[in-house]
Amino acid sequence: MSLDSRSPSGPIEEAWDQTKFDMKLVNPANKRKYNLLVVGSGLAGASAAASLGELGYNVKCFCFQDSPRRAHSIAAQGGINAAKNYQNDGDSIFRLFYDTVKGGDFRARESNVYRLAQISVNIIDQCVAQGVPFAREYGGMLANRSFGGAQVSRTFYARGQTGQQLLLGAYQALERQIHAGSVKMFPRMEMLDLIVIDGRARGIVVRDLVTGKMESYLGDAVVLATGGYGNVYYLSTNAKGSNTTAIWRAHKRGARFANPCFTQIHPTCIPVSGDYQSKLTLMSESLRNDGRIWVPLKAGDKRSPDQIPEAERDYYLERRYPSFGNLVPRDVASRNAKIVCDAGRGVGETGLGVYLDFADAIKRLGQPLIEERYGNLFEMYNRITGEDPYKVPMRIYPAIHYTMGGLWVDYRLMSTVPGLFVLGEANFSDHGANRLGASALMQGLSDGYFVLPYTVGDYLATTKLEKINGSRPEVLEAEHNVDAITQRLLAIKGDRTVTSFHRELGKIVWDYCGMSRNAAGLEHAIGKIRELREEFWRDVNVPGSGEDLNQQLENAGRVADFMELAELMCIDALDRNESCGGHFREEYQTEEGEALRDDEHYSYVAAWGWNGLGSPPSLVKEQLEFEYVHPSQRSYK
Amino acid sequence: MNLTLHVWRQKNAAAKGGMTRYEAKDVSPDMSFLEMLDVVNEGLIAKGEEPIAFEHDCREGICGSCGFMINGVAHGPQRGTTVCQLHMRHYRDGDVLFLEPWRATAFPVIKDLVVDRRPFDRIIAAGGYISASTGSARDGNTILVPKQAADKAMDAAACIGCGACVAACPNAAAALFTGAKITHLNILPQGAPERYSRARSMVGQMNAEGFGQCTNIGLCEAVCPKEIKLEVINKMNRDYLVGVLA
Repeated sequence: MSLDSRSPSGPIEEAWDQTKFDMKLVNPANKRKYNLLVVGSGLAGASAAASLGELGYNVKCFCFQDSPRRAHSIAAQGGINAAKNYQNDGDSIFRLFYDTVKGGDFRARESNVYRLAQISVNIIDQCVAQGVPFAREYGGMLANRSFGGAQVSRTFYARGQTGQQLLLGAYQALERQIHAGSVKMFPRMEMLDLIVIDGRARGIVVRDLVTGKMESYLGDAVVLATGGYGNVYYLSTNAKGSNTTAIWRAHKRGARFANPCFTQIHPTCIPVSGDYQSKLTLMSESLRNDGRIWVPLKAGDKRSPDQIPEAERDYYLERRYPSFGNLVPRDVASRNAKIVCDAGRGVGETGLGVYLDFADAIKRLGQPLIEERYGNLFEMYNRITGEDPYKVPMRIYPAIHYTMGGLWVDYRLMSTVPGLFVLGEANFSDHGANRLGASALMQGLSDGYFVLPYTVGDYLATTKLEKINGSRPEVLEAEHNVDAITQRLLAIKGDRTVTSFHRELGKIVWDYCGMSRNAAGLEHAIGKIRELREEFWRDVNVPGSGEDLNQQLENAGRVADFMELAELMCIDALDRNESCGGHFREEYQTEEGEALRDDEHYSYVAAWGWNGLGSPPSLVKEQLEFEYVHPSQRSYK
Repeated sequence: MNLTLHVWRQKNAAAKGGMTRYEAKDVSPDMSFLEMLDVVNEGLIAKGEEPIAFEHDCREGICGSCGFMINGVAHGPQRGTTVCQLHMRHYRDGDVLFLEPWRATAFPVIKDLVVDRRPFDRIIAAGGYISASTGSARDGNTILVPKQAADKAMDAAACIGCGACVAACPNAAAALFTGAKITHLNILPQGAPERYSRARSMVGQMNAEGFGQCTNIGLCEAVCPKEIKLEVINKMNRDYLVGVLA
């Protein structure tokens, strides 16, 4: 089989407008006859559900949390990019496009990225109109800052809570539609299977997390906006509930999974403190705008930071990358932290940490300004570590934060299962092998507000869908499948808790498929994952029953899926014999230790198909063409 | 350190609940409160008992999922802090802690420490938005917002919808929550056209959900993890009054 990305031909500047014109419209009077199922209520899901409701479709929206406002988009701190050029510093749609393709290390699809840059300006307008309280200058204009590797100030922000404010904007738009009756919300419902009829996505099976009841919902198209799979590492900056189940089970029903090994390690997280640790907390990388990163020059230097004189400190990012300094992209910053810690120069009790120091910034700008910029982040750091970052440098270490891989989608965000659309972090489309800071919020809202509402219309207008009901064998089979998984998990009653398995899985994936990878390690990891998976299905202990709120049962199902996904990540990482972005294969690096791409052989998207547990997945490649941004070695020197 | 916990256990909404005693051993001061409960739960599962159900997700103090009463105080003793961000270094060896769910007629218990907070969503649905359908917006900088207004709006918009304000209030009023959203939107020029109707509808819904009336006690402000100020309630009352009279 081959993959048709449906990328429009012709000049890239006109591609999206042309596509919008070429797409068929659904007659306004007919829209209410279509039933659309949206799974997930984060930036992508809530904005999609709200916009589809406004257009007049009949929408059902599902989330596993108690309210759509809890989705993990809420935790994004730093900001959202838009090519407004309000600062007159030379930004443009083309520059944002260029930066994103380059930042993604030439593993993203140009047409998608260009559209994202184009739409970025509409997102800001939309969010302002909704009342998102973006930071303002004294004249009342929108304020900007530069963020994570960008040389222009194009990031819009709402203190350190940009994700929260954008999500609440989308959530409020969604609630407005719920009130209007165009969207029906189903909180505390978890999607556990996809219903495919005549080759098209026609419904989902969900479990009501309060009553335990299994129910099927049928529709004309299914939209997954269920986020990323970073929790495969157990310790991550994701919310505890973030999981891969919806996209993984859709994968098992035929949706190809693209670039699963492209995961992003965020350089500025609070280091691990003990075995009980349940998650890692990110400190926004906007901190790198003013903080300086350093470690002691000598290995094993145990002096407290204030006792280490300037001459005995190594500001290693400023030294190695004089033009970008502390603002190098995330993958570069993370890998360099690992290099200095591996060399024994790490700080803190575990030696797995580097300093992020604000002493110079406080001297230069004064504490009040630093407080205004980062006050809530400093407070958060203080709450968790008990240390005051105004006085002592912060300690930070990289942690898994975002997954660029996800279900494969074409230019219109449709997966390889017709009628199944995938938005936001759940798809693979826009960030290539590495995502730039402040681009996740942009993509989620672009997909949800401005792309899907058009493309789903074209699908509905051009597809003849048969009327179906719940007695179809495909529906019964999916329900039976979900019930069987639940019963099997509950019946084992073994000796190990779900969390202990999850923790062990996470350590394998982090050690062998984390910040750096090599062939021998990946092969070893695949073996270990298979063994662990067998042990899980033999010895896991899921207490309680399936008839009421059972958080252990919910988690067990998610961990079971992570166990399968982890193997695919390693297979993908092993297959890609090059280093690019967040995927660093130790065998492929330059003499200076930078990632060495192999464009001749690996300039493709790896889209994997499921062939059943124990059978190797099948690989189909989508070749990437770069007409506008010519692949070059990334250099931030 | 070792702690004694008395935890509210209730199988489901219909069942009768009660306090059960547990010992939390070898608690590290660097653990978060929820990590301490994780460890207790792992122990319960190993013994074949059902773990304590509590709500949580981001564990960074922003999603608003978590929250319960610790010794009668919503989110526990540290000001401006959700229970997921509360760390055990604030406790001493031998402490005895009583954990209970939010108590309010409008927030029925679902299980153990988990309650149903859907009334909050319905208050937002009644008017907690600016009617700006996708695609209709003009350039962002055509609407000037004075910095002071943007800052005040942001202060109010920081609400995470956790419900601590309701749980702390002797009247189980939702005035701080509702007032925060009304203040956020009504202070901004974009929110002006729907200002009074918004206050009227949201307050109407708040009353219909069975929350009590605000009598200016101020416990809500004291426990709010985002330190939302009581003045949002003044703003709500003022706009509501105009909304009903006009």
